[in-house]
Amino acid sequence: MRYHRVRSPALVRVAARTALLYWCVLSLTFVLLRLAPGDPATFLLPPGATAADAARLRAELELDRPVAVQYARWAEHTLHADLGRSFVDQRPVMAVIGDALPVSLALGGASLLLSFLVGAITGVFQAARHGRAADLAITTVSVVLASSPAYWLGLAGIACFTYLASTLDLPLWMRLPAVGMTTPGVELHGAAHLADLIRHSVLPVSLLAAIGAAGVARYVRSSALDVMRADWLRTARAKGAGERRVLAHHLAANLRAPLLTLFALALPGTVAGSVFVETIFGWPGMGRLMVTSIVARDYPVALGCAAAYGLLVLLANLAAELLLPWADPRVRE
Amino acid sequence: MGRPAGAGVRIEWQRGRTADASWLAPAIVLGVLAIGVVLVPALAARDPLRIEDVLARRLVPPLAHDLRGEFHLLGTDRFGRDLFVRMMLAGRLSLLVGVVGAGLAGALGTLIGAIAGWAGGALDRLLMALADVLLALPRLVLLLVGVALWAPGLQTVLVVLIGTGWMGIARLVRAEVIAVRARPYVPAARALGAAPGRLLFRHVLPNALGTAVVATTLGVGNAILLESGLSFLGLGIQPPSPSWGNMISGGRDLLVVAPWVALVPGIALVLTVLAASLLGDAWRDRLAGERVTR
Repeated sequence: MRYHRVRSPALVRVAARTALLYWCVLSLTFVLLRLAPGDPATFLLPPGATAADAARLRAELELDRPVAVQYARWAEHTLHADLGRSFVDQRPVMAVIGDALPVSLALGGASLLLSFLVGAITGVFQAARHGRAADLAITTVSVVLASSPAYWLGLAGIACFTYLASTLDLPLWMRLPAVGMTTPGVELHGAAHLADLIRHSVLPVSLLAAIGAAGVARYVRSSALDVMRADWLRTARAKGAGERRVLAHHLAANLRAPLLTLFALALPGTVAGSVFVETIFGWPGMGRLMVTSIVARDYPVALGCAAAYGLLVLLANLAAELLLPWADPRVRE
Repeated sequence: MGRPAGAGVRIEWQRGRTADASWLAPAIVLGVLAIGVVLVPALAARDPLRIEDVLARRLVPPLAHDLRGEFHLLGTDRFGRDLFVRMMLAGRLSLLVGVVGAGLAGALGTLIGAIAGWAGGALDRLLMALADVLLALPRLVLLLVGVALWAPGLQTVLVVLIGTGWMGIARLVRAEVIAVRARPYVPAARALGAAPGRLLFRHVLPNALGTAVVATTLGVGNAILLESGLSFLGLGIQPPSPSWGNMISGGRDLLVVAPWVALVPGIALVLTVLAASLLGDAWRDRLAGERVTR
């Protein structure tokens, strides 16, 4: 869904279409989850519970009504921005997601920014020396990285930087914590807390960033090579522009728009993809929440997660569309 | 994502040397792997699923003998099972899931895309709206919702991979069908009395098939990665059936004492996904080359 000119009637139409699409996504998720054979009551009750207990719980959670009635009630609540309460601990879904979303957004956002920074620089560097040994080496590394599962790289990272590093008695700053967002059992405040958080973030963030950067570098390299063959770039060189100016000015201006679009497209996937890194490193983010809520058939939380992811996709696309005229002046009216 | 990234690379390096043979190496890797996953578990001295003599055999490092004097190429896991044999057995499932999952998703996408592009109108809008709805969530989120629908296992993983993998290919094929439909030979065939079905399947679709095949090939590696990811989270293939994902997951808490248990299956996984995506890239280049010369 990319629109080259945003006019107001078109904007209204796009907004209506987007809202309808979003509602369809939520409804589809609702129906799919209610079709699931697992009964939440059996997951929630203690082992000794009787059939009567299960029936009472189902009635309490309104799971004994027909799906159509459940859907109508859910739709009414959702339209009033009420996502309900978790089946498991009765906390409002908004609060549960409010705890988890910032973790994933920070993890995904930080690694995505880093991956675009590193990937863009690497890609341009490769294009500048294309066909030489450095280019070949980086291409090999990035192709392998792009084919590697994040969780496996994560385990390899832990094996190297936590266990191997302590076996080799490396200095403390080179050993990285394997699990968690902060050091457990220690109350830290201010700068010390931040330092602790950053220390715990190094492995997960750089891991996600490395995988992302591999893809970005491949994309930037091939786009940059296309641009470098363009006539106007030859003209720029002929006018006497230095190599540095050609790369930093002419090339960068042409890569801004595709990179922006790529960033918007990659953001939701990166936030969702962080589920593996969250699992490995024990971060309490959205991915973990989604998996545990689905395993426990905690429908309201699972639906809330899907809603949050869907919203993220839409907002990212919208942001890309609004920023596109800035990135690519040709789009402006 | 626009132009294929790795794609241009090989052409430039190899231009002027030989004919483009970049498909050869990944094809050989996949071929050897396919033979390996069939033969190795079949020829193994012991059943890779059976647990026996745990104390003598467990956690043997790679390239070492256990206390019974048996040699283990890639070591053993905590139950004394040979990792190389298990890895190959897991490869059966992974390759199957990758090829069947991506293949059927490609077939479904081709069919839906062809119908949408050919029929146009309300049916087209409906099918493309469905694709839009499914594309509005990250695929991983859809997969997680999907695996909740049935008991975890091979069938669930396959169904979910197919159900979430057809949309991109459907869009590609639809665009191709709409483009091809306008070429002069289509009205010509119609004027000669070809029935609509024959027109679509004999004259239009074959021209769109190249794109679909390439996209499907590129989907194989992705399908294998997603399957392993689901299995790693405990939502895919269930132990004792080995899959690369659940083998890696099983070695997680042994990272201190026996890192090879978690790391060895990943090598097979990376190699397979790498080969599959390089093969897809090579075919895409070849297709692009044909387009240019045509």
